[in-house]
Amino acid sequence: MTVALQASGLSKRYGDVVALDDVSLDIHAGEIHCLFGENGAGKSTLSGCLYGYVQPDSGALAIDGRPMRLRSPAEALRLGIGMIHQHFKLVGRLSVIENILVGAGGRGLFLDTRAARRRLAALCADYGVALSPDAIVEELPVGLQQWVEIIKVLFLGVRVLILDEPTAVLTPQESDRLMAALERMRDAGMAIVLISHKLREVMRSDRVTVLRAGKLVASLKTAETSPEELSVLMVGRKVSPSYDHNRETPGEIVLDLSDVYVNGERGHRVLDGLSIHVRAHEIVGLAGVAGNGQRELFETIMRVRPLEAGRISIDGKDVTAGSTRDVIDLGVGHIPDDRYLQGLIGSFTIADNIVLGRHHDCAFRKGPFLDRKAISSFAADSMSEYRVAARDSGTRVDRLSGGNAQKVILARELQRSTSLLLANQPTRGLDIGVIDYVYRQLLAKKAEGFGILLASEELDDLMTLCDRIAVIHRGKIVGVVDPSGTTPQHLGLMMAGQAVSGGDAHAH
Amino acid sequence: MSGLFQEAIFVSLLAATIRIATPLLLSAMGELVTQRAGIWNVGVEGTMLTGAFIAYIAYAVSGDHLTAFALAISAAMVLGAITAFLSVTLRVDHFITGLGINLLASGLTLFWFRSFVKGKAQPTFDSIGTVPFPYLSDIPVIGSVLFDQRLLTYAAFALVPVVWAFLYRTRTGLELRALGENPAALDTMGLNVVARQYAATIFGSALTGLGGAFLMLGFSDRFVPELSAGRGWLVVVALIAGNWHPLRVTSAVLAFSFLESVATHSQAIGAAVPYQLLLALPYVISIAIIVMARGKSRQPAALGESYSRS
Repeated sequence: MTVALQASGLSKRYGDVVALDDVSLDIHAGEIHCLFGENGAGKSTLSGCLYGYVQPDSGALAIDGRPMRLRSPAEALRLGIGMIHQHFKLVGRLSVIENILVGAGGRGLFLDTRAARRRLAALCADYGVALSPDAIVEELPVGLQQWVEIIKVLFLGVRVLILDEPTAVLTPQESDRLMAALERMRDAGMAIVLISHKLREVMRSDRVTVLRAGKLVASLKTAETSPEELSVLMVGRKVSPSYDHNRETPGEIVLDLSDVYVNGERGHRVLDGLSIHVRAHEIVGLAGVAGNGQRELFETIMRVRPLEAGRISIDGKDVTAGSTRDVIDLGVGHIPDDRYLQGLIGSFTIADNIVLGRHHDCAFRKGPFLDRKAISSFAADSMSEYRVAARDSGTRVDRLSGGNAQKVILARELQRSTSLLLANQPTRGLDIGVIDYVYRQLLAKKAEGFGILLASEELDDLMTLCDRIAVIHRGKIVGVVDPSGTTPQHLGLMMAGQAVSGGDAHAH
Repeated sequence: MSGLFQEAIFVSLLAATIRIATPLLLSAMGELVTQRAGIWNVGVEGTMLTGAFIAYIAYAVSGDHLTAFALAISAAMVLGAITAFLSVTLRVDHFITGLGINLLASGLTLFWFRSFVKGKAQPTFDSIGTVPFPYLSDIPVIGSVLFDQRLLTYAAFALVPVVWAFLYRTRTGLELRALGENPAALDTMGLNVVARQYAATIFGSALTGLGGAFLMLGFSDRFVPELSAGRGWLVVVALIAGNWHPLRVTSAVLAFSFLESVATHSQAIGAAVPYQLLLALPYVISIAIIVMARGKSRQPAALGESYSRS
């Protein structure tokens, strides 16, 4: 096997943080090489170095055995190294063919769309993708948008393809199709670098390199290792993802939505006759491909979005015409999916963020003024209870790591709520230790008698934590299943909007 | 007799519309390229004023139109480079950059104008003459409206299809459109975002400077402070009203120019509406257009946002 890309002794620091510490690895032509590790382990920094997007502080790269310095993505592309980013770098309003032509090179002043269309058609036929060249990219489903990204890079004739968490936005079926396509590229002699933290995909690679805290822990042949060994290598200790899962008898209905219709900013339907309910003492999972109405559902329950039709009640009280303040006063906690956009104010301190929304409580004010002393001591107590690691409660929230920022939100929402918790992607971007902590907090609240609505892209997590799983597709609940009687494949089909027979579609 | 008189007014009204549209169109086509590349240049007014003033000084000194135009364009390009440096390199808020450019231009031209004139009688000169198209200019009405204009007017209208073809049919044009929507799409494909945004900004300013020079040499016999009189802002409004599309922007410019022409002819027409009110119409209409087109706007998604990695 020939070495397509060789990195030796790569190191990179950002301020005090060592993102990459003396990492060396070989990427062979004709293999799928997986970079495996937790968030913050250095996977993205490493791939950035391989693609010329990040400049390492020290270390060297060799391409086809020749030493090279990659000063920019342009050089990497010229040398045949392409990358698919986790967050797509597409121009939504342009068509598929226009997106592909941006940066596709070519000679002459004018665009040669005819030749590009022919090549696009050939590539689509090759990989069995149905992409219309004139479709507007933002109107395509996410799975196809990803193909636009991939074909954009294939157009440049790359020999090394780096993919950063490519399956994060895909259904299990779409992921399978993508993996099959990557295997075809490998068989054609390309080198595929796959960044992932999902064991299921890692096990389909040829070799796996495990990173932890910026260091290379191991580089193994996938066939000679096991998921158990890999997860121990990734975390550095044995993890026990078993939770005390007490199946309590569900109590009263604490959240009830019936036939809710909501329109989005551009006037299109985002919730389309959605009905769902959550009882006390139960966790209801919400599974779905991103962008099928999850965020809108949470915002609607929080009464941020106006209803076209339908009814919402919380704890038996009708809040259809209520305000966000009414919902909060009913004891509802909300963990939004974008913690910096909706959950926190980055330039505020931890203390201010923790009392945000209840700063008008008598406990935190003296007459019209905020009682700084009371707020600080309350924040300090919360920080120790919720294990927020920071110097003090006066630290700005945007200086915290993702995990600590999420704990600030937990501290606020869990202490404030009394009956219902809405958690939208509460573990996104967090490492295993914090994920475990978040889940244990949710289970503790369930035991206290809370009803919890939990949306997550990690189907395995939903299946271990939830009492019921509702599948959302195009703003509708297309089925409710019992986690013990289903599989990720089965859920995936429902998430893709395919009617599934046999499942107890409306189990209560 | 009265029929002839009415026809003369009508022809004059339309011919003036085309003439008034010229500097606006030159600037609008330039700024269209700038804005499609994601740079929200609000300093159009100041750049146009600078172009007009430099053209005035240069013509007063040299007596040569070409020199005057060349220097006006150069001065505007310097302002464009400053705008790009502030907005792209230093990532200053685009609106604040533009306000700075406008205040700078307003102050500097006034100061320099006063020290240039210094109480002497201000030099005056004839504005550029028209170049009638042979044969075509003899067609009744249309001939005198469209084909008895100044060279730069013909050039401004010829620019519209050129800019259209550039944006929609060339590789560079596609890259600029993509840049205004999502700079990261170019950056990750190894295309230089900064160089393209500088080029687009300087190009737009050059055409705005040319428009300013025409405003001076094609319309007026002398410079007066604040000669541009809000026309730069009108260009910004025309881009919004025209939804950043070359042909619609041209329609907006023509509509605004017609209204201004009506305003200046209002006495001859016998309109009962005060002149100042007519001059405010373009702005009122564009606010109405923006309100009506709410949600359908095709404003470049990354317009006015300074790009940085990560």
